[in-house]
Amino acid sequence: MPAEVEKWYKAVTKDDVIYLFKGEVTDQLIAQSLDIIERQLESTPLPIRKKIYNVLVECLQNLYHHSATCPIEKEREFCGRVGVCLLSEHEGHYHVVTGNFVEPRQKEFLTKHLDKINSLDRDGQKEMYKEILDNQTFSEKGGGGLGMVDIARKSGSRLNYNFINCGSDYNFFTLDVTFN
Amino acid sequence: MDPISIIGTPKTPTVTFESNGKLEIKGRSIPENSVEFYKPLVDWLEQYLSSPAPLTEVSIKLEYFNTSSSKCILDVFKKLEAIYKSGNDVVILWHYEEDDEDMLEAGEDYQSIIKVPFKMVEMSE
Repeated sequence: MPAEVEKWYKAVTKDDVIYLFKGEVTDQLIAQSLDIIERQLESTPLPIRKKIYNVLVECLQNLYHHSATCPIEKEREFCGRVGVCLLSEHEGHYHVVTGNFVEPRQKEFLTKHLDKINSLDRDGQKEMYKEILDNQTFSEKGGGGLGMVDIARKSGSRLNYNFINCGSDYNFFTLDVTFN
Repeated sequence: MDPISIIGTPKTPTVTFESNGKLEIKGRSIPENSVEFYKPLVDWLEQYLSSPAPLTEVSIKLEYFNTSSSKCILDVFKKLEAIYKSGNDVVILWHYEEDDEDMLEAGEDYQSIIKVPFKMVEMSE
């Protein structure tokens, strides 16, 4: 139930939040957010700054292209096509966290896809990236899963994810990327 | 052939393609729909392929690019590969900032897919 989503939201926003967005992601919002994030990260050293920026670009664009619309209308805070994206710092590590509603077929795809990425080491992820890049045709909307492999490679850590069931087959998909 | 000259925006790169074989893509490439941006570049190369310069020197100086662009950049490189395979000199100068190993690795990923000479060029900040 979305009460669980609200619980998740409270938990992820308790750390030092550097950037937080909750709402419907539009192309304008992405441009504005990236501008803000860039200024916030100005004093962060280069390799990590670029990694975080790249991951945030992919995450925001994932929300823009793939967020489903939650059909439960009576819920207050988390309804419609709402997405969450935040950057926080906790115990010396940066985290990029996202949340959005997904349809059952997306849940199936993401589970298979993220488990595969997490099962691979660095070289395996590199090969997977190149294989998707070179061998699959993909549309303007979707990158055939390239974004998630890129996020894993750039962050160098496991993609922690979860699905919070919201009834009627809909799930709220959460992703937590840690930068080591 | 008319050159291509596109001024960059916060989400799209500056592009200069000239029929004398000097090609450059510079800046950021993070649009939501990259195909729309890259299609004219790929079309230009398709035309250029019929009478290329003796040497095509392609300078890539990207600060950031998203995965949506990565496929389009590969499409650009595949056209360059076709030019190279038809017996013309082509070189891709892949620039990366000092300490930006991800950008260097991205160049190496392309290098392993595309059969065109690459030169990795480190830029100091």
